[in-house]
Amino acid sequence: MKSKEPRLIREHKAGSLLVSLSAVVAGILAGCVLLLIIGHNPVQAIRDIVYGAFSGRRRIGQTIAVATPLIFVGLSVGFAYKAGLFNIGGSGQMLVGGCVASLWAYYGADIPRPLYLCIIVVTGMLAGAVWGGISGFLKAKFKVHEVVSSIMLNWSALWFIYEIIPAFIPDPNVNSRSATIPNELTLRTEVLSQFFPRSYINWGIVYAVIAIVVIKIILDKTTLGFQLKAVGANRDCAEYAGIKVDRNIVVSMVIAGALAGLAGVTYYAGYSNMIYRNSMPSEGFDGIAVALLGNSNPIGIFFSALFFSILKAGKGSLSASSGIPPEIADTIIATIIYFTATSVLFRNLWNRLFHSVYERRLGKRAAVNGSEGGEK
Amino acid sequence: MSDYVIEMLGIRKEFPGIVANDDITLQVKEGEIHAILGENGAGKSTLMSILFGLYHADRGVIKVRGKEVRINSPNDANDLGIGMVHQHFQLVHNYTVTENIILGREGGFVLDRKSASKKIKEVSERYQLNIDPDMVIENITVGMQQRVEILKMLYRDADILIFDEPTAVLTPQEIDELMEIMRSLAKEGKSIILITHKLAEIKAVAQRCTVIRRGKLIGVVDVASTDVSEMAAMMVGRQVSFKVDKQPAVVGKPVLEVRSLNVLNNKKVLGVKDFSLTVHSGEIVGLAGVDGNGQSELVEAITGLRPVVSGSVHLLGKDITNASIKERNESGIGHIPEDRQKRGLILSQPLYDNFVIKEFDKAPFSRYGFLDKGEIRKYSQKIVDGFDVRSGEGIDSLAGKLSGGNQQKAIIGREVTAGPELLIAVQPTRGLDVGAIEFIHKELVRHRDSGKAVLLVSFELDEIFNLSDRIAVINAGSLIDIVETSQTDEYAVGLMMAGIRKEKKDEK
Repeated sequence: MKSKEPRLIREHKAGSLLVSLSAVVAGILAGCVLLLIIGHNPVQAIRDIVYGAFSGRRRIGQTIAVATPLIFVGLSVGFAYKAGLFNIGGSGQMLVGGCVASLWAYYGADIPRPLYLCIIVVTGMLAGAVWGGISGFLKAKFKVHEVVSSIMLNWSALWFIYEIIPAFIPDPNVNSRSATIPNELTLRTEVLSQFFPRSYINWGIVYAVIAIVVIKIILDKTTLGFQLKAVGANRDCAEYAGIKVDRNIVVSMVIAGALAGLAGVTYYAGYSNMIYRNSMPSEGFDGIAVALLGNSNPIGIFFSALFFSILKAGKGSLSASSGIPPEIADTIIATIIYFTATSVLFRNLWNRLFHSVYERRLGKRAAVNGSEGGEK
Repeated sequence: MSDYVIEMLGIRKEFPGIVANDDITLQVKEGEIHAILGENGAGKSTLMSILFGLYHADRGVIKVRGKEVRINSPNDANDLGIGMVHQHFQLVHNYTVTENIILGREGGFVLDRKSASKKIKEVSERYQLNIDPDMVIENITVGMQQRVEILKMLYRDADILIFDEPTAVLTPQEIDELMEIMRSLAKEGKSIILITHKLAEIKAVAQRCTVIRRGKLIGVVDVASTDVSEMAAMMVGRQVSFKVDKQPAVVGKPVLEVRSLNVLNNKKVLGVKDFSLTVHSGEIVGLAGVDGNGQSELVEAITGLRPVVSGSVHLLGKDITNASIKERNESGIGHIPEDRQKRGLILSQPLYDNFVIKEFDKAPFSRYGFLDKGEIRKYSQKIVDGFDVRSGEGIDSLAGKLSGGNQQKAIIGREVTAGPELLIAVQPTRGLDVGAIEFIHKELVRHRDSGKAVLLVSFELDEIFNLSDRIAVINAGSLIDIVETSQTDEYAVGLMMAGIRKEKKDEK
């Protein structure tokens, strides 16, 4: 009296973690091949990078400091992406955030520190929110594509600040940058510097962890996240259901801009302590890669930002100890970005592998069933 | 020598979470039209994909002309003389008929269009397909595109022809023509497999019919000696009634009042002209008309998806002409949209999100802006159970993984469960099988019987007549007339759909 209905054998599908890890591994392997071709020992190179990122508390602190703005911009890009928007304006949003913080540092030195910290964080976020919000507004109101408007706003921010710096926050000696912010007016803090001496680690990493949690909650648990995801996944259906699509586009760009603005505060008044007048922060673009590798998932973004910061922080010691040009580390980063951008290839590869395993198991069972049938 | 040209014996195919084909056998004789009948998701397409080399059977044997074969790809199938007309045509739109037909069969380095074109013309004439080989695909009708697909199979010397739901995209006249073509093909000795869930078509052309249900073979019947209701019962697994049982309407207060409405269409001209209509509680008003006569614009104006030029829309006496979509939803409009995949569902999200897409921001589904996943799941489970929405992983299934019929049931479940005062159902049963149609019709009538108003928009007169208490006819954006269903017939409504107004015989 055995049941005739055989248990179903399920076919595995590749998850996004597996796909991202595959991209990382493939990128590292490709980098190793490149090193071999130009005549260096890849094992030594990897050891150098890891050494550069982790040997000693100063270096660990430095790696974390590099990761901080990457987490914020990664969150910014990932959050906008959930709502179906591509925020490529992280750099401009960082610049305006950093500029506002620098203004407070220049004019608000007397404000008590706890209040001062709150003010620069909040106003830096506001500035980024306005900058991102403009893109959102243009998209919602005039159907201007956010990629176009946010790239243009990057340059608007750059030239705007180009004029602001000499006029309002001049450095007494050098014309090409803003006044240096004294240590006690940055986000750097004794509490963290004690653990990671002589590194640029600052409160930013704590804010970043908080931001990860907040964004995760917004996306997974709130009605706001529900709406944003609905708009991102199917605008027509969201509209039909009565969700205000335009308003959600603006809101998501405002939040994305605020995150990138905060990245600017931690970068220009934490990691660094000045703004160069004519330099677009590359973190605004690196954040796209971070979000891509992290699959726009806040937790994933944390780890992918950490991974990129290891490469970035480690590449200095790579060239110092083995004479490998730091561009190699950049090339590895670029390769990984290529591999994540084409992650669908890895997904297909894994799924094909899973499928053949699945077919083999089915075949095996069919053979067993067949022999059972023969006995009857 | 066996007298079957195709034999699929004991075919089994599993997909994650579902057995699509469970020990199915199909035997097709030479020169016959053999129908495969089954509901959506019964496994018809899977079986044909196996025969055409798109999938591998987990078990079973395929024989072509008595010889056991392995079909690994559509090319293998072509080499065995098997051709398939897919539901979605596989044509390059800016290529000519000839170019499309020889695509992939160019042979050699230089294209020999002239001789190909000549052969195409010959085949076309032989089967009366009426195709000009030099026409560009995007300039010919859907019916003609389908004939190009048929021609493609014939050009490649296929003599076993598979038609996958061929009539879904055709007008009634085109369907008649296709049936004629199929008959003449069979007469020439071609063997035809017709996949469908439309019983009338099977009755019209097929000799034998293999019925499958939920992946299992139910039986093979001789079409001439079996009547339609028997076949329907085999397909669905129970007796199906084609007539909807309903009591006379108990008509109450006006729910929807549309007054002198003018609405622009996508071409920025008036798509709805001076349209007035009242729908009362407890009645179903059917809006009859040929597709594209302003139905979509009217519905979008009522639901708030499209602005109004002039005129007004009232719901339960309240002016909602310029209200937001959300306000309309909340004041009691439910809407089963025309395009279930574009508007009705978010395909990449799980079912439970889709079920609360309109109400996620209200208690009990959320409080103070935070979602209550437990309540959402409980509510979703209720809809899935109540409306028999079948899916691989229950309420966690992505909406896009459901079959068309189940997607539609999910939407109807969502809209009906919300209990709207006015339910607007646009083409609620398009592309569905009889079982699902029967179920959906019952739900609409039940909604009416609970004292709510229903506005049904359909291009199928059968459906309009089956369900409606009153029929409003729209032509070129204008209301032609509103009549009691019991006082009219399909002929009269058909004339009105063509814009011909009936003379009023008895003046008051």
